[in-house]
Amino acid sequence: VHLTISQSRAASSANHIQPLLVDNAGQFFSSGHTNNWAVLVCTSRFWFNYRHVANTLSVYRSVKRLGIPDSHIVLMLADDMACNHRNPKPATVFSHKNMELNVYGDDVEVDYRGYEVTVENFLRVLTGRLPPSTPRSKRLLSDDRSNILIYLTGHGGNGFLKFQDSEEISNVELADAFEQMWQKRRYNELLFIIDTCQGASMYERFYSPNLMALASSQVGEDSLSHQPDLAIGVHLMDRYTFYLLEFLEDIHPASKTNMNDLFKVCPKSQCVSTPGHRTDLFLRDPGSVLITDFFGSVRKVEITMETINLTDPIKQVEQRKYSYVDQLPVSEIIHQKPKQKDWHPPDGFILGLWTLILLVFFKLYGMKHLKHIF
Amino acid sequence: MAEQKFSLSVCVCVCVCVCVCMCVCVWAVRAMMCGCGRDDFQEELVIRPLHSGDIYASFQFRTVWETDFMRGNKVSHYRLFPKSLGQVISKFSVRELHISFTQGYWRTMQWGQPFQPSPPGAELWVWFQDSVTDVDGTWKELTNVLSGIFCASLNFIDSTNTVQPSASFKPLGIGNETDHRFLRYATLPREIVCTENLTPWKKLLPCGSKAGLAVLLKSEKLFHSSFHSQAVHIRPVCQDWQCKTTSWELRQTLNVVFDLHNSAQGKREWSLFKMFSRTLTEACPLASSSKIYIDITDNPQGEQFEVSPATPLLSQAVVLGDRRTFSVYDLTQQITFGTVRSLNLLIRWKSSDMLRPLLHAERYVAGYGLQTGEIHTLMYNNHPYRSFPVLLLDSVPWYLRLYIHTLTVTSKGKDNKPSYIHYQPSKDRLRPHLLEMLVQLPPNSVTEVTVQFERALLKWTEYTPDPNHGFYVGSSVISSLVPSIVAMDTNSTRERPLFSSFFPCKEESSYFVRVYTEPLLVNLPTPDFSMPYNVICLTCTVVAVGYGSLYNLLTRSFQIEEPSPGLAKRIANIIRKMRGVPPL
Repeated sequence: VHLTISQSRAASSANHIQPLLVDNAGQFFSSGHTNNWAVLVCTSRFWFNYRHVANTLSVYRSVKRLGIPDSHIVLMLADDMACNHRNPKPATVFSHKNMELNVYGDDVEVDYRGYEVTVENFLRVLTGRLPPSTPRSKRLLSDDRSNILIYLTGHGGNGFLKFQDSEEISNVELADAFEQMWQKRRYNELLFIIDTCQGASMYERFYSPNLMALASSQVGEDSLSHQPDLAIGVHLMDRYTFYLLEFLEDIHPASKTNMNDLFKVCPKSQCVSTPGHRTDLFLRDPGSVLITDFFGSVRKVEITMETINLTDPIKQVEQRKYSYVDQLPVSEIIHQKPKQKDWHPPDGFILGLWTLILLVFFKLYGMKHLKHIF
Repeated sequence: MAEQKFSLSVCVCVCVCVCVCMCVCVWAVRAMMCGCGRDDFQEELVIRPLHSGDIYASFQFRTVWETDFMRGNKVSHYRLFPKSLGQVISKFSVRELHISFTQGYWRTMQWGQPFQPSPPGAELWVWFQDSVTDVDGTWKELTNVLSGIFCASLNFIDSTNTVQPSASFKPLGIGNETDHRFLRYATLPREIVCTENLTPWKKLLPCGSKAGLAVLLKSEKLFHSSFHSQAVHIRPVCQDWQCKTTSWELRQTLNVVFDLHNSAQGKREWSLFKMFSRTLTEACPLASSSKIYIDITDNPQGEQFEVSPATPLLSQAVVLGDRRTFSVYDLTQQITFGTVRSLNLLIRWKSSDMLRPLLHAERYVAGYGLQTGEIHTLMYNNHPYRSFPVLLLDSVPWYLRLYIHTLTVTSKGKDNKPSYIHYQPSKDRLRPHLLEMLVQLPPNSVTEVTVQFERALLKWTEYTPDPNHGFYVGSSVISSLVPSIVAMDTNSTRERPLFSSFFPCKEESSYFVRVYTEPLLVNLPTPDFSMPYNVICLTCTVVAVGYGSLYNLLTRSFQIEEPSPGLAKRIANIIRKMRGVPPL
C-alpha cells in the first residue's frame, strides 16, 4: 500500500521531511494508476471441480492480503464448495494437502455466486452495462486510472472457456470486451491471467493497448492439477496457480519484484505444461512493472484539519395511539371477501348474447330452420 | 480591607453563580434540542440443551433507535444502527423487513419449537408503507440491493416466485391498517448459506465480531452443525407503554443446533469452547445489556445436568406457551468472568426429557414417473382435548400445474372443510400458485392436505446448468394460535428477555407460532442436452450417404467403353497407325 499524505497546513517545524515528501509525491504521480481492481472468476460447477474454486480463492486471498479491499474485488464463484454437503470440513477450502492453508478464510465476500456466473454477467461486469438496480458490490466501477487484474479459471479449449458446463466464451468475445473497456476508458493497464487447458489461445486475439496476459499452458497442451487430498477426495489446486500462490506468498505490499519474475513462475519442469505470456500490447517494459501494481493497492489519503458540524434532527411529536396487529384474526379472515383481480362479465351476459345471436339468425333466414334444430 | 475582601468574595460568588447558571442553561438547551435519536443495543445468548443430546444456541442482537426515517428529514448520523439498512428503509419506504438464511431443516419433534422459525434456504417478506405507488417495482429494486448487502443471489427473486398472501404474515410491528397489497413474500429454497453471508451479517453489529457475544461466531464451527439460521428483522415498535411514539427496532438473530456426534464426539458434555472454539472475555462496550441464559427448567435440583461456573442469578420467562427457568450470566458485571478473565460455560449431562410440541408438520411428494404427482401436507395436532385453527400458505412454482379440483383436506379419515380458502392460479412464467386455507385441526389428530399436479416441460434455455439435480418447491408456512398451558404476558413493554418478546402477544391463553415444512425436490422431464450434437452427426451421415447415392444413380449417364487391348495388340496398332492402315 503506497500512502501519500498531503497536509493542508505548512509543516514549518519539519523541514527535513520536505525532500521526502517531494520524492514520494513524484513517485506517486509517475506510476500512472490511482486505484486497483480485481475481477476473479471461477467458471466450473460440481464437486470434482473443487480445484478451480480453490484457485480463485487463493488469488483472492493474496490480492486481499496485499491491500485491495473487498469493495474493489468482484469475486465470481460458480459453485459453493465450502458449505457443500460433500465437504468433510464445512466452511473451509484448502489449497495444500493435509489441510494446511484454508484459503476461504473468515471474511470472504462473494459477489456473484451459483447460477449468476454466466457469460452475460461476466461481460456486463467488464463493460459496465448492468441494470440500474445492480448494487455497487457487483459492479466494476473502474476509471481510466485503474489497474485491473482479471483471473479466469475453469475448463477450456482452443479458443474458448466453458462456463458452468452449459455455455462458452470465445477468445474473440473476450478481446472485443477488452476493446470496449479501452474505448470507454475503463482501465489504465490490465493484467489477464488464465489457468485452463490451452489457455494461451484465449489471449491470441487481443488487440487493445496496455494489456498483459499470462496463461498456464500453450495451445495443444493441458494444464494439470497438483495433488489430491485423500481426506477430501478431490484434487485441491491446479499446478500453475499452486506455484503462483507460493510465489505471491513471498510478496509483501512494499516489495519491488517485477513482472519478469512472474513470467518465470512454474517452469515446464514443475508445471508439465509450458506457461506463456504476451506483452507486445503493453506500453511499459515488463521489467519496470511491479507485482504490486496489479496485485496490491494504491490508496491516496488526504488528512484534513477542518471540523464538520453535525446538525441534530428535529423531532415531531405525534399524538396518535399505536398498537400491535393481531397475528391470526380468525373471524376477520373467514369473513374476508376474496378480491377479484380479473374482470369477469356479469352473470347471464353470455347467455343473453347467444340468445340474441340465435334470434337474429332465425329472423334473417326464416323460421323454417327452427324445425330442423328442435 | 474586610470590605474589599467581602466585595471580592461577593464578586467571585456572583461570577461562579453566573457561570453555573450559564452552564446549566446551555446544557438544558442542548438537552431540549437533542432529546431525540437515542439508540440502545442489547445482546443475549440462550442455550437450551435438547433431549436428544444436541444443544441449541440462539443469539439475539437488538438495536432500538428513536428516529423517524419516513418524515422526509434525511437521517445522516448513524451510531449503533447500521447505515446500509437505514438507507434501505428510507429509500424503499419499508415498513417491515424480515429476511432469513437457513441451512438445514428444523426437526420439531426432536428439538421442540425454535424461538424464531425459518424455512430452509432464503426467505424474504416485506411490508411497504402506504405511500408506495409501484410495489412490484420497489420490490424488485429492494431484492437487488439486499443481494448486494448480504452477498446472496436474492436477485433471482422475481414475479415467478413472489406471492402476495392475503391472510398470513400480518405485520409483527405496530400499525393500524393492514392492506395486503403492500405485502410481498418470496422464498429461495435453493439458496446456500456460507461464510460469505455471515461476514456482512456480522458487519451490521455495532461491535462487529470484535467484542461481546459476536466473538463466538466463528464460521468453521457454525456451519459444521445440524441447523444454522441467521436472520435480520426490522420493524417499528412502541417506545413506551403509552405507545404514542414509535422507534425502529433491528433484531439480528442466529440460531444454531450443534450435533452430539459431530461436535461433541458423542459425549454429552458441552462447553462454550467446544461449541464455538472461543470463550468470552468481555461484553460489547456499546451494549446496555449483555446476558447469557441457560435453560435449566428440566433440572431444578441439578439431577439431569450440571452447569459450571454456577451463578446465583435466576430468571423465569414465559416463552412458547411454557414457563421456563433460566440461569443468567450478566456479562456487564466483571465478576462473571472470574479470576481467569474468561467465561467458558460447561454443561454436563445425565439424562433428559422434553415437552412434546403441540403443532408440527410434514410434507412430501407422492406418485411415480415424470408426468404427474401428488403433494401431501400433514399437520399434527398433539393437544389432547383442544382444537385450534391453522392458516396454511402454499406457494408452488408455475411448472408444477396444480389441479385444485383434486384438493382434499381430511382429518381422522373424514372430510374437513376449510373455513377460508384463497387460491390464485399461476400464469406460466409470470407468477406461481398461491393457496391459503384456514383449517381447524381437531384435537389429537393428523390432518392431511393432498393436491395432484402435472409437471410442465420447460423451454430448453430455462433449464439450470445442472437440471438433473431437480427443482425446488418452497416450504409451506403454517401459522397458528396454539393454546398455552401457562398465561402469556400481554404487557409488551415490560422489561423481558429478547427471546420471549419476538412475537407480539394479544391474548393470554394462546401464543402465536409459525411452523415451516420441508422444501420439496421434484424432477422435471429433462431433455438430454448432449443429443443435439449426436442428432446432427447422424442426420448428416444419413443424408450424405442416402441422398448422395440416390442422386448419383439418377443423374449419372453411362457410356460404353472398350476394354483396353493387350500389349502386343497395342504395339501392332501403333505400327498400323504409322503405316496408315485402320487398327485392329
